[in-house]
Amino acid sequence: MCVENLRVRYGDLVAVDGVSFTAEAGTITAVLGPNGAGKTSTIEVCEGFRRASGGRVSVLGLDPAAQQRKLSERMGVMLQDGGVYPSARVADVARLFCDLYGNREQPGELLERVGLTSRSRSTWRRLSGGERQRLSLAMALAARPDVAFLDEPTSGVDVNGRTEIRSILRDLAARGCCVVIATHELDEAERVADRAVVFDHGRLLASGTLDELRGGQRQIRFRLAADVTTPDFSALDQRVGRDGEYYVIEGASAGSMASLTAFLEKYGLEPLDLRAGQTSLEDVFRRLTNGTSA
Amino acid sequence: MRPLLAQLRAELQLMLRNGEQVLLTVGIPTMLLVFFSLVDVLPKGSATDPIDFLAPGILALAVMSTAMVSLGIGTGFERSYRVLKRLGATPLGRGRLLAAKIASVISVEILQFAILVPVAYALGWEPTGPNWAPAIGAVVLGTIAFGGLGLLLAGVLRAEINLGAQNGIYLVLLLLGGMVIPFGNLPVGLRAVARVLPSGALADVLRDTLTAAGDRPGLAWVVLAAWAVVTPFAAARFFRWE
Repeated sequence: MCVENLRVRYGDLVAVDGVSFTAEAGTITAVLGPNGAGKTSTIEVCEGFRRASGGRVSVLGLDPAAQQRKLSERMGVMLQDGGVYPSARVADVARLFCDLYGNREQPGELLERVGLTSRSRSTWRRLSGGERQRLSLAMALAARPDVAFLDEPTSGVDVNGRTEIRSILRDLAARGCCVVIATHELDEAERVADRAVVFDHGRLLASGTLDELRGGQRQIRFRLAADVTTPDFSALDQRVGRDGEYYVIEGASAGSMASLTAFLEKYGLEPLDLRAGQTSLEDVFRRLTNGTSA
Repeated sequence: MRPLLAQLRAELQLMLRNGEQVLLTVGIPTMLLVFFSLVDVLPKGSATDPIDFLAPGILALAVMSTAMVSLGIGTGFERSYRVLKRLGATPLGRGRLLAAKIASVISVEILQFAILVPVAYALGWEPTGPNWAPAIGAVVLGTIAFGGLGLLLAGVLRAEINLGAQNGIYLVLLLLGGMVIPFGNLPVGLRAVARVLPSGALADVLRDTLTAAGDRPGLAWVVLAAWAVVTPFAAARFFRWE
């Protein structure tokens, strides 16, 4: 999938402003950004639901606006919510979507895959939020797609369900599908995506693999007891910042941990919840948006 | 063809499992037919037996119930629940989705007629030389006219407002449309309005073709044809899929 200099306008409002990125077959790309960042508008253009005001989009070598019918044969779509008539039964929805795609998948197997076999006689309105997401995912999988656009696929899903959905998405990518998920849940994207594109206010702030976005940086995070006055960290040779109740050292080196523990010991401070690891996507996102978006 | 048939099956399944839809499309027309043919309280125009006036009018009501109200309310909620959007992203596409809806309406109308016509005969209806071919033509025109009106409302109004509007218009057309009350029994001012309504035109044409007791069938055919052109055109022009 290739998006070049995409622009989407709604009257005077510029929803997407000159965005360019690619998503490859066999990978999971997360489109990240807060509500109103331009994620959904971009994906709707890629799905063929919306016409671009400018730029060019190619999905599986097709123009989504002009060739949506052809694209729909190979495309799986998961809307953020809805998409199913409330009185429709789960089994009937699965059967309908399998029929619509020429029975590439069997309805029973599809429901088993998303963990809805026991709910097959329930109507959509009786499903929980997480079960509705699973059914929505099943509808996308019925296409056995070459490209899948999934909007907030794990929203409202419980912990076990999230693990199952991640596994399904990885299987889909392993089969060669270009999986694109739109989400504002950064930790979820971090767990499942290979690549990410970051939007804010209709502009693309960054794109690349998660490692590229993190810039290979490592960080150390720790807390101190609530009654401890913030110490003077100037004696440390690294800058210590704050993230809520946490102290954070960005760009930590191999010796940073040793220096920090020695410093804390010297001043009789006991670190709580001390962690060292890669910079999180959330930190990257905050850095890119200068903390203006959540 | 397979996606179309799959969608048709889903449409019929949803419609027949929905108690309100069954009540609207089959229950109310049958109850009105039976009740007012047995309880002689409504004016019956030139007919000697209430059933002779009622039967064609109730058949017109059945067409209106299915093609306008049932189709319109269902489509309005599908638009609001983003079902139309989701189906638009499948190989079904919008064209075949619409075709499945039309086929579903026709299927329900066949079911309605299969129930209402024998019930009317059982209640003593004796149509004088019924001419079924033009009657079917009128039903087709009526279906197009009412279907267009139902989809127009479904495509421009919010689902809840559409629900109220469809039910309100249904009642107005039922009472003013010559279906259960003859044109001659309406006040003069309303009579002129009633004659240009699609319900009045369809009821009058059916009454003329089935019982040779039409009021102004020539005008009714013209009115019905005009509605069958205007409402689908307006629906196609103004319908918003989301």
